[in-house]
Amino acid sequence: MKFGVVVFPGSNCDYDCWWAIKKVTGEKVDFIWHKEENIEEFDCIVLPGGFSYGDYLRAGAIARFSPVMRKVKEFAQKGGLVIGICNGFQILLEAGLLPGAMRKNKNLLFICKYTYIKVENNLTPFTKLFKKGEVAKIPIAHFEGNYYVDEKTLSEMKKNNQIIFRYCNKEGKITEDSNPNGSVEAIAGICNKGKNVLGMMPHPERCSEAILGSEDGKLIWESIKISLAKERAERIK
Amino acid sequence: MGEHKDKPGKRAGREDKMKKKLDKIDMELVKAHGLTEEEYEKIKKILKREPNLTELGIFSVMWSEHCSYKSSKPVLKKFPTKGEKIIVGAGEENAGVVDIGDGLACVFKMESHNHPSAIEPFQGAATGVGGIIRDIFTMGARPVALMDSLRFGPLEDPGSRYLLKGVVEGIAFYGNCIGIPTVGGETFFDRSYKANPLVNVLCLGIVKKDKIVKARAEGEGNTVFYVGSSTGRDGLGGASFASRELTDKSHEDRPSVQIGDPFMEKLLLEATLELVETGIVVGMQDMGAAGLTSSSVETASRGGTGIEIDISLVPRREEGMTPYEVMLSESQERMLIIVKKGREKEAEKIFKKWDLHAVPIGKVTGDGMLKVKERNKVVANIPVKALTTDAPVYRRRYKKPEYLNEANQLNLSGIPLPDDFNRIFDKMISSPNIANKSWIFEQYDHMVGTNTVLLPGSDSAVVRIKETKKAIALSCDGNGRYCYLDPYEGGKIAVAEAARNVVCVGAKPCAITNCLNFGTPTDPEIFWQFTKCVEGMAEACRVLGTPVTGGNVSFYNENPKGAIDPTPVVGMMGLIEDTDLILTSWFKEKGDIILLLGEGEKTLGGSEYLYHIQHLKKGNPPQINLEKEKNMQDFCLELINEKLIKSAHDLSDGGLAICIFECCILNEEKILGVNIDLKEKEREDILLFGEVQSQIVISCSPENLSIIEKKAREKNVPAKVLGEVIEKDFVIKNNNKTLISRDLKKTYNIWKNALSQKIQILEE
Repeated sequence: MKFGVVVFPGSNCDYDCWWAIKKVTGEKVDFIWHKEENIEEFDCIVLPGGFSYGDYLRAGAIARFSPVMRKVKEFAQKGGLVIGICNGFQILLEAGLLPGAMRKNKNLLFICKYTYIKVENNLTPFTKLFKKGEVAKIPIAHFEGNYYVDEKTLSEMKKNNQIIFRYCNKEGKITEDSNPNGSVEAIAGICNKGKNVLGMMPHPERCSEAILGSEDGKLIWESIKISLAKERAERIK
Repeated sequence: MGEHKDKPGKRAGREDKMKKKLDKIDMELVKAHGLTEEEYEKIKKILKREPNLTELGIFSVMWSEHCSYKSSKPVLKKFPTKGEKIIVGAGEENAGVVDIGDGLACVFKMESHNHPSAIEPFQGAATGVGGIIRDIFTMGARPVALMDSLRFGPLEDPGSRYLLKGVVEGIAFYGNCIGIPTVGGETFFDRSYKANPLVNVLCLGIVKKDKIVKARAEGEGNTVFYVGSSTGRDGLGGASFASRELTDKSHEDRPSVQIGDPFMEKLLLEATLELVETGIVVGMQDMGAAGLTSSSVETASRGGTGIEIDISLVPRREEGMTPYEVMLSESQERMLIIVKKGREKEAEKIFKKWDLHAVPIGKVTGDGMLKVKERNKVVANIPVKALTTDAPVYRRRYKKPEYLNEANQLNLSGIPLPDDFNRIFDKMISSPNIANKSWIFEQYDHMVGTNTVLLPGSDSAVVRIKETKKAIALSCDGNGRYCYLDPYEGGKIAVAEAARNVVCVGAKPCAITNCLNFGTPTDPEIFWQFTKCVEGMAEACRVLGTPVTGGNVSFYNENPKGAIDPTPVVGMMGLIEDTDLILTSWFKEKGDIILLLGEGEKTLGGSEYLYHIQHLKKGNPPQINLEKEKNMQDFCLELINEKLIKSAHDLSDGGLAICIFECCILNEEKILGVNIDLKEKEREDILLFGEVQSQIVISCSPENLSIIEKKAREKNVPAKVLGEVIEKDFVIKNNNKTLISRDLKKTYNIWKNALSQKIQILEE
């Protein structure tokens, strides 16, 4: 089993993801340079946070043209697991792998702080170790995380259970105060119809060790590991 | 040397003057370059001829206060700079280096960007961050933490709010994008900083001891590379600009402020560290203040060599730039790298991978000269030492300021005792100097890198070092009011408080960096403040065993109304050997005992209470006994290392009442109350809000109380029981009389929201 963390020029959570995955899963993790066109050896692709290409123009808008993104698209279309975190989520939106778009935070400021999110769908390869409705403590750090999607697409997404995480308070209630950036329906993370591509604004790699104040992010890496192991077992059968 | 054939740029100000004067350098032009007549005579003597315009520009920036330290050098010699863990001390390189064991070292430095931030806050602060980061990674270290120490005028002043917002956004813009966490800092508001904010930025990096790179151009024949962004006209003469007072017309200097590109610097950082791994780097320096000039001159000076460069090879972003402009540009994100001869291709390959310029522009020579050519024509030829070690040094006159006679008088009988301390308490926790600063630090990515163990708002920031058990604690401190009233005590306190803050989280104080922010050095009263502050700091560094590893001096911090309060800012680095021993400042459980460690005499002199409630900046600040301070700090560390205490938080701005309040609410997930009786005989305002040195509030479980008290007696450190942690109320009494009784949920919200609400209300 091998994880691949894509490095765009300007990625800055690449090493953090590498460290967290290694520490939590004990599996192999390698970096993938954005000019790379061969990603066949990987079982799960991570698009990390940061400011790819300086986020000039628009967050994630240039990164989607990187050579590696063509391959990531093919990989996703074949059912491969892809997780985009923060800037990685923005890139997945720009690349059309996930629906919707990002606006600037409602207070027009960068926000870095711990938030709580509620697991809305635990039947995905990324969330299967969570309980449905479970609350996780997880930090955000972004300027453009105010998720927007039109109503028609949103209702389709709901029908397909594509909304994975919503911002909430400590008790799991979704309130205006608990939505840090103004996202539509307090959405913090979504996936595609096939449930193999996840995009989320909060950073699981920043809360995967007790010393950092929360370990709730570990469940995401562990869920992926179990899903991949199961998939492999089925393939062998 | 046909300097007069050069065409100047189409820019306002100084260059216009130059256009008229190109044929001849006259005194007006010399003065416009910030040089005195005597200095100009000295230049002629060194060159044995008249300088051309490019050479005049080079002398001007290298002899500016900013680069030459011509006023401060003799005073700075008072700092202790040696220690067993110090690998590189102050003045030797671009940043200090401290041995932290396990084959690792810590590189750190603090620098000011006050003048640019006063004129253009966003870019001024952003490029301040960019500059200090380059100082760290040019030594081969990976930057892991940033911190800022900021000072602004009162929030009620729209100009100060504009500066605050711009500076914070600028720091966030740069630090967040490059992916180095801004893990903490301090922000302070006071009238004296109106229109002259202080923006001091600290960066810390970690390096393997055998990979430290020096800023030295060694080895004749080695190749000089120019890497990074192309050169434009931005920031022209920034070093000279930072060596003048700010005036009403300073906004005309806006072109002197550079523009930052953190994305470019991120690439530069990664490429540089990749290059260092190859072992082909001889020396490296950032092109900061005075750009290409200072980087080539200083590397050659440290290497004891000369340097020859051809500026026609320098990548440019504007057409028609003269040698003068290329040499003096302060365009950002550029560096000079000396590479071993014959290994140039390896360097070029790495920079190409990151889509960056890396151009060989010259070589190290053995003649001790800075020789600048434009193709075949020599456009400047100056002895390197004349620009560095032999630059003018001034022993400035100093005298005790007149204002102190009156300012030190504080007649307590004229200060009424409040009848309602609850109201005063609520007012104190709403003071922007005491209220929660989350409006500021939530704009900074303080977690990227996944090393931030203590979030901003703690006594010190703590950053763990992956693959080891170690962590680094960092704190920035400096109280301008204390220094205004007594620069010697204030200087001592800046160092002692910074040390106390790292002790509170369980770290052993190791070394300091500093920014010394003062008014105009030719004013003898200002120079007295400067000298006394440095003497106080030096004394504290000696007693506490924390040598100075570097920093910078920022003079000319004046607005049209006068000088800022003298403000030395100390960045203290502490080492934690085992992350399991990291301690936090908040109370942990009800029933725990609260103790006050250390002794000192509380005073209202220079206090936040006196300023915020009584609108006075008077009296004498708290006095400090450094031996007792050291003894108390050692004792506190011992208690932490033996796991005898559950929390530690030092007394600082706002005194004991504020300190205890913070212990109750700093962990917002578990707010706890207190029941305290002070049992003292002082005036009540002094008891609650008087400020003092060398004291720390700790808490412990009841079963550890007797052993702590016994140890305290042995070590001769006073440890007084104040009361106990209770479930929710906040009650402070004196001899059974209730002085403060507050609902903590309510007061927590006041404290938490005061700063952001105040900004919001004032903007509407």
